[in-house]
Amino acid sequence: MIKAILIFNNHGKPRLIRFYQYFAEDMQQQIVRETFHLVSKRDDNVCNFLEGGSLIGGSDYKLIYRHYATLYFVFCVDSSESELGILDLIQVFVETLDKCFENVCELDLIFHMDKVHYILQEVVMGGMVLETNMNEIVAQVEVQNRMEKSEGGLSAAPARAVSAVKNMNLPEIPRNINIGDINIKVPSLSPF
Amino acid sequence: MPAVSKGDGMRGLAVFISDIRNCKSKEAEIKRINKELANIRSKFKGDKALDGYSKKKYVCKLLFIFLLGHDIDFGHMEAVNLLSSNKYTEKQIGYLFISVLVNSNSELIRLINNAIKNDLSSRNPTFMCLALHCIANVGSREMAEAFASEIPRILVAGDTMDSVKQSAALCLLRLYKTSPDLVLMGEWTSRVVHLLNDQHMGVVTAAISLITCLSQKNPDEFKTCVSLAVSRLSRIVSSASTDLQDYTYYFVPAPWLSCKLLRLLQCYPPPEDGAVKGRLVECLETILNKAQEPPKSKKVQHSNAKNAILFEAISLIIHYDSEPNLLVRACNQLGQFLQHRETNLRYLALESMCTLASSEFSHEAVKTHIETVINALKTERDVSVRQRAADLLYAMCDRSNAKQIVAEMLSYLETADYSIREEMVLKVAILAEKYAIDYSWYVDTILNLIRIAGDYVSEEVWYRVIQIVINRDDVQGYAAKTVFEALQAPACHENMVKVGGYILGEFGNLIAGDPRSSPLVQFNLLHSKFHLCSVPTRALLLSAYIKFINLFPETKATIQEVLRCDSQIRNSDVELQQRAVEYLKLSSIASTDVLATVLEEMPPFPERESSILAKLKKKKGPGAVSVTELEDSKREGGELNGGGDRGPDTAAMAASNTSTPSPSADLLGIRSAAPVGAAPSSAGSLLVDVFSEAGPTAPSAAVNDDGFLRFVCKNNGVLFENQLLQIGIKSEYRQNLGRMYLFYGNKTSVQFASFTTTVSCPGELQSQLNVQTKPVEPLVEGGAQIQQVLNIECLSDFSEAPLLNIKFRYGGALQNLTLKLPVTINKFFQPTEMSSHDFFQRWKQLSQPQQEAQKIFKANHSMDTEVLKAKLLGLGTALLDNVDPNPENYVCAGVIQTKSQQVGCLLRLEPNAQAQMYRLTLRCSKDSVSRRLCELLAQQF
Repeated sequence: MIKAILIFNNHGKPRLIRFYQYFAEDMQQQIVRETFHLVSKRDDNVCNFLEGGSLIGGSDYKLIYRHYATLYFVFCVDSSESELGILDLIQVFVETLDKCFENVCELDLIFHMDKVHYILQEVVMGGMVLETNMNEIVAQVEVQNRMEKSEGGLSAAPARAVSAVKNMNLPEIPRNINIGDINIKVPSLSPF
Repeated sequence: MPAVSKGDGMRGLAVFISDIRNCKSKEAEIKRINKELANIRSKFKGDKALDGYSKKKYVCKLLFIFLLGHDIDFGHMEAVNLLSSNKYTEKQIGYLFISVLVNSNSELIRLINNAIKNDLSSRNPTFMCLALHCIANVGSREMAEAFASEIPRILVAGDTMDSVKQSAALCLLRLYKTSPDLVLMGEWTSRVVHLLNDQHMGVVTAAISLITCLSQKNPDEFKTCVSLAVSRLSRIVSSASTDLQDYTYYFVPAPWLSCKLLRLLQCYPPPEDGAVKGRLVECLETILNKAQEPPKSKKVQHSNAKNAILFEAISLIIHYDSEPNLLVRACNQLGQFLQHRETNLRYLALESMCTLASSEFSHEAVKTHIETVINALKTERDVSVRQRAADLLYAMCDRSNAKQIVAEMLSYLETADYSIREEMVLKVAILAEKYAIDYSWYVDTILNLIRIAGDYVSEEVWYRVIQIVINRDDVQGYAAKTVFEALQAPACHENMVKVGGYILGEFGNLIAGDPRSSPLVQFNLLHSKFHLCSVPTRALLLSAYIKFINLFPETKATIQEVLRCDSQIRNSDVELQQRAVEYLKLSSIASTDVLATVLEEMPPFPERESSILAKLKKKKGPGAVSVTELEDSKREGGELNGGGDRGPDTAAMAASNTSTPSPSADLLGIRSAAPVGAAPSSAGSLLVDVFSEAGPTAPSAAVNDDGFLRFVCKNNGVLFENQLLQIGIKSEYRQNLGRMYLFYGNKTSVQFASFTTTVSCPGELQSQLNVQTKPVEPLVEGGAQIQQVLNIECLSDFSEAPLLNIKFRYGGALQNLTLKLPVTINKFFQPTEMSSHDFFQRWKQLSQPQQEAQKIFKANHSMDTEVLKAKLLGLGTALLDNVDPNPENYVCAGVIQTKSQQVGCLLRLEPNAQAQMYRLTLRCSKDSVSRRLCELLAQQF
């Protein structure tokens, strides 16, 4: 079972937190910090698995993660999951995000947190994997979008607002997430 | 066209997020968030009814604020309202908010359940999926109560859409996990199993998680899933990479589902049906073969997916542990991966090999990789991988390679990451003990361990080395010599001082012949460390000193000098001061003989399982242990402990469990096997303890009565002990009231489940004795001890004993045990001092024939005066001197306090040393008491 899915950036800012077991709000944040601390100090090219931190359940749980450009995708799983399988699942999730957002980047996750949640819901439900077929997932998301459209939300104006925001000179403009091959190194954007 | 139309967001939300991102400081961000929270709160509270869009926007903002780490304490009601909206997007955000923010014991659940009920019956698949998601994510008991019967129907109904089926399967799984009692599969079982045959791979993907979980809990009912899983797997494995279209991932057909099918099969033993088994073996061979084929793509995803299946297949092969061919192939495959350039594969190979090492067929094959693994331990950059390498070395260790592996682990320990040092120390200690052929190697290893990683050497480790040295006289001299040398180092770890103090105190005489380690040199060496040590260690050293006085009378003056100095005898620490005072007195008052008795060499410890192992098991969970246990059973004969009864080290337990500070449980206290062995802290009780030694060393209480009789004259000790359980007793009585502490110690490393104890008073005892207690915790962890307190009130005199019934599950077997609790009438004695004149006057008053009970019997135990006195005092009466004209005889007097009356009792015991016989006479104001006391006492002497 997947206990938690955490996405945070190179500085540890959470971009998506999804727990499939109840933790109080402040504990959730502590877990994110602990996980960031564990994962971020690891070099690239080391293995993608490590034992869970003490807050999330210690060595009974594994953290399986991938690092794409500015973002870490971390799945915390118990021993019933295949490590490599989860690694593939992260890839499927990211590729799906990429399809849905067209070259997904960190800003998409920030401004469309709800959408990211909906996409994730098509992949994982209650900590178990619902669907691994990307086309199927994208199709479900498209159904949702059609329903949203048909309900006639506000459309064009906010779109412009968002694209304006995206091009503002913000402290960090993340690169597009590079999904082709995790071994491609992206120069670190961190100011240090 | 992108699937998510980026523009359809909410303007207000986007502006708010931009604001937050533009905040220059944390303070500014908090200020902005508080402003927004106030705004939303006022909007929610305001008179104007909000439209769905606004609600949606605000709820979305709240979610964002929550993500930033701020607690959200309102908005739940608005989210619940959104659930009943007709608009999909509003409903969707409402459900999202609830899934993320509502926990399973919220009081809103009932309202949420209503909305879910509506959506489930809406027949709109999208709405149904939203509702099912919500149940699966919150998964509360109340939801299970409301929907557990509904979901299976949705799952197996013919007209349910595939996507809804998928959601229903996982929803049901979640409910089953929260409330298995509410999910009754009965009639659905076979239809659920047949979902494995579903046309839609997504349905199979979701259903297999459900089926796996159900199979683990009810393997028999779901047995049919094995053949279905095998045929599904076979179809996937043999399909061309294009057959499964969308479920082919980087040229690998349905890798996720294949992994899950292989996992499901690991819930069962190998298929009995030959055809099914043949097909499965074929699958496994195909998977192994494919690993050797050239990759269809250079992408890492391709090899990942392929290897994910391969590793699961290997796990299944190891799980079956019955196909030597496949096992060897699996082992070779893992051997290849050990040197693969991908770190992930090296990690997983080390991990899988760890389980393979415990297989009889492949243990030898695994051992051939030892150099590679040692190399991994030395050179891997990633601590995760190094840790797996250490685990594997531990698992592959046996007598043939133990020295090499222990040496490597020791040298790794010098540079090991802090996070894994303690575990490494435990592992080294266990291996050294288990595979020690010559014990000097063992002693060297442990002392090295303390030298290299002293801080990580836990109590268990150094207790253990002492136990082993004490139990093996062939290593004692060597241990003394080595520890003496180790203590020469200018800076040595405190744990080294503890071991040194203990061992020299016991066996220093073995090296005292050499002038370089003469008694005084030994003492000065130990004492040079004294001031640098903590209180517990100092306490231990003081005990070592008094032992020195016994071993080497020539050191007496020096040591007394040390004990007498202010820093000892007036030490502000009570324990240290008490020891100094008592040891000083003991050394000056007691004769050499008494001293020799009190300070005798420690008797051998009962053989038991290493407490270190128990500790490691606790640390690592079940996975890491199975290997060791298996090896245990295989190599029992060769073990250091000769495979005696297994149980955690009670002495060590006593030290860490009792409230007395552990120092007092060392040297002297460790002797009493009782877990309650609170150290004798005054010289007086110390003496008594030595005399009443018969108790703990008596043969183990196989007959339940046996334990009972041993407690007539004493209140504390071990009532019962077998391979699984030890029951210790500590009790105190005052007037007609008593309190008894029962200590149940789990001697195994396995949890006792459903542990219950019942105390009953059979027959008329019910009206004579009132025993009250609280139920104990139903789980007793391996190596743990739990305590139960009984409050006892004596209403009137009694002859029977209350019964203690203990039931628990160990492994699968129910254990049931009934013991007589040693509550005897004499426990309520108040001693009465009286003169010779008074005694005989009363003796004469109690002259009716029924009031007297007499018995003549043969001595069963030593007739030593001191022993007899100790027993009679233990009886609870006053032992009267100068009463009986014959000084060889003993007379006692006491009053038994019951609630209803007081019973005066007089006792006379006449030993005849020549004939080894006794005559015991009792006169009591109540005849039943005379008889009962006579019965009880006749078996004590």
